[in-house]
Amino acid sequence: MSALSCDTLPESRARQRADVDKGFPENLAETAPPRPAWAAESPLLQAEHVTHLFGPEQGCQDVSFTLYPGEVLGLVGESGSGKSTLLAALSGRLPPEAGHVRYRDGKDWLDVHALGEARRRTLLRTEWGFVEQNPRDGLRMSVSAGANIGERLMAQGARHYGKLRQAALDWLCRVEIDPDRIDDAPGRFSGGMQQRLQIARNLVSCPRLVFMDEPTGGLDVSVQARILDLLRNLVRELGLAVVLVTHDLAVARLLADRLMVMRRSRIVEAGLTDQILDDPQHPYTQLLVSSILKV
Amino acid sequence: MDAILKVSGIGKRFVLHRAQGTVLTVLEGIGFALFPGECLVLSGHSGAGKSTLMRILYGNYLASHGSIRIRHGGEWLEMVGAEPRQILALRRHTIGYVSQFLRAIPRVTALDVVMEPALLRGYARKTAQWKAETLLARLNIPERLWHLAPGTFSGGEQQRINIARGFIAPWPVLLVDEPTASLDETNRRVVLDLIAEAKAAGSAIIGIFHDRAAREAVASRFLDLENACAHIEGDAFHAA
Amino acid sequence: MSAQHALPSTGMSGYNFAYLDETSKRAIRRALLKAVAIPGFQVPFGGREMPMPYGWGTGGIQVTASILGPDDVLKVIDQGADDTTNAVSIRNFFKQVAGVASTTRTTEATIIQTRHRIPETALRNGQILVFQVPIPEPLRFIEPSESETATMHALGDYGVMHVKLYEDIVRHGRIATRYAYPVEVNGRYVMDPSPIPRFDNPKLHMNPALLLFGAGREKRLYALPPYTRVVSLDFEDHPFEIPRWKSACAICGSTESYLDELIVDDRGTRHYVCSDTDWCETRSAAGERTT
Repeated sequence: MSALSCDTLPESRARQRADVDKGFPENLAETAPPRPAWAAESPLLQAEHVTHLFGPEQGCQDVSFTLYPGEVLGLVGESGSGKSTLLAALSGRLPPEAGHVRYRDGKDWLDVHALGEARRRTLLRTEWGFVEQNPRDGLRMSVSAGANIGERLMAQGARHYGKLRQAALDWLCRVEIDPDRIDDAPGRFSGGMQQRLQIARNLVSCPRLVFMDEPTGGLDVSVQARILDLLRNLVRELGLAVVLVTHDLAVARLLADRLMVMRRSRIVEAGLTDQILDDPQHPYTQLLVSSILKV
Repeated sequence: MDAILKVSGIGKRFVLHRAQGTVLTVLEGIGFALFPGECLVLSGHSGAGKSTLMRILYGNYLASHGSIRIRHGGEWLEMVGAEPRQILALRRHTIGYVSQFLRAIPRVTALDVVMEPALLRGYARKTAQWKAETLLARLNIPERLWHLAPGTFSGGEQQRINIARGFIAPWPVLLVDEPTASLDETNRRVVLDLIAEAKAAGSAIIGIFHDRAAREAVASRFLDLENACAHIEGDAFHAA
Repeated sequence: MSAQHALPSTGMSGYNFAYLDETSKRAIRRALLKAVAIPGFQVPFGGREMPMPYGWGTGGIQVTASILGPDDVLKVIDQGADDTTNAVSIRNFFKQVAGVASTTRTTEATIIQTRHRIPETALRNGQILVFQVPIPEPLRFIEPSESETATMHALGDYGVMHVKLYEDIVRHGRIATRYAYPVEVNGRYVMDPSPIPRFDNPKLHMNPALLLFGAGREKRLYALPPYTRVVSLDFEDHPFEIPRWKSACAICGSTESYLDELIVDDRGTRHYVCSDTDWCETRSAAGERTT
């Protein structure tokens, strides 16, 4: 176990972008890290005709897309449109009735739902993260904030208390929680702090892909803004690929590079975030976008 | 010299499903080539489709038909039908956009707003900050505002933040939409200087200028959209 | 082990030798064989009702009953002592229902049933130590779901064990778990060694005796076959340590055994004595001979 914080990772993961960035050496001169060739060209996650239905038009059907390293994909649509079902299928929690979810691990493509349980769990707590809407579902409420952050590292074999503590302190700072609260139980934190702690707990292992289910859903607007800002910065710094479920188009605008609009279990429109919100094509997307209150 | 941007047969039709499928044709048969170091000024009355064309060129609007080819990293890229991540890469490296209004994000300081495109481009933080500070000073934004979120700034201040953001990195193609609209004479002068400098450095600029003097000062050529469109005000979808 | 025929009379009519019927014993022995084959793995078994309440050692008693033969010599200890209520009751129970010989001498016993201690006297190959276990699941404190803990064991997904130790250091500045200190068995399963003091943990490692664990309420058996590798979990910078006492035993003068604290007067004067009564008596007797 060596990497206790993302700072010890090679720079290559930061600002990792897809192959479309190639050919700009003059602009990247100051940072340009050497990267394996396949990392630049290849997608990270591929969904092929993913289908899981609980009833007619309930769940998700025939969803296909490709996600590249460092890309933030927003899944938007109203409650019951199947966003969460799709997220569960993508993140390996719910085996789809049909279709495949593939994840690239180095040069190899893994069929997420054909993985053994051990491998799947390892993936989930190392290269992947999952930020739940309700932080209580994603945190261990019975142990301290520091232990919550350190758990992934311990599961990966970190056995040095001092270093675990240092990693926890670093991450508390990064998510703007007073480091003095390291030994407090999350139950004593506000909702916003709990959510930030959950984010730290997920990101401490330097994942490449993070799933987020309404990460600001249950929070006050003022608290939301802080979390969104934090997420936005972390996503960039760490070069995270994100699949973000939200029904809040403002959140989508702020965080997502591109959007998929879900309605009644199907993707009705997909594209660049700005384009979906400024020039929606599908009748449902037009309805959705025109329903936002502008302030 | 080779063109940097080749636009041909661009048309834009809005289908308003919320208004019984009303079809609004805003642009039709737009075509031009753009060369490094020139400034193409879009002309036409209000609602002629100038901003619509800008948004199509930046990827916010989808062209209904036609072709937009842009030289991106030594290769030609077709923007019509391009993948979102290709558009995003274009926006990081090739096309800059100074929109009319700043989209302020809560808690993000003016300095960070300005630095963002440079950081995305891969500049070191120090370099980006130095450039941002230089620009903010040049645009007469008081230093006490640099570390505040611009959400509460005046319209003119917000616009100058937006301009600093647009000029922090050199762009092969730069779109500027009414950059001088709410500025006083001093700052208007600074913006026109910035545009002239960008032109001299080889940027190809497409601009919309309400202000006649500004228009005359920077324009290399004009593209008249007067007869290229139906009549609709501003943002077609939201206006509907 | 008990033979299936020609059982000696127990002196009590109506009861089979060692109380349990032979079919039940056989079922338990089968489960024990599986437990021995997979060191540290919790084997479910069909626990029988015993004529005493849960918490009195019903798991250990069923194990003892199933492996007891007429020639065995039984020792029963509770907190190291042969003369506490629980130990005396269980010893009397087996004397009554099996008629076997009993002893307080660790060296003389073939089967030792214990609660909360491992004898100080080194065990030898051929002896069997039977532990009474209240909660067999080491992951229970953090994961209440039985199916989830089973999966965690199956996958060796043990990160949370260190979360517990981490919390200990947070709260007490050191790993303060004093009883039931979790161990890793044979490089595979994490096991709760029953509420023995962590002082006894090193005795689990490469012990020549067969160690059997029975949890009556939870109906689980597990085992450490002789000479099994057993490692106490710890951190690099907070290594596993066994407690030491500043005092020696007030009776036998031992400085290497586990000591109980006694308050001997109203002024709070403390004395420390060996918790293992047999060890203490043996040493005292030897001391008398030599002095």
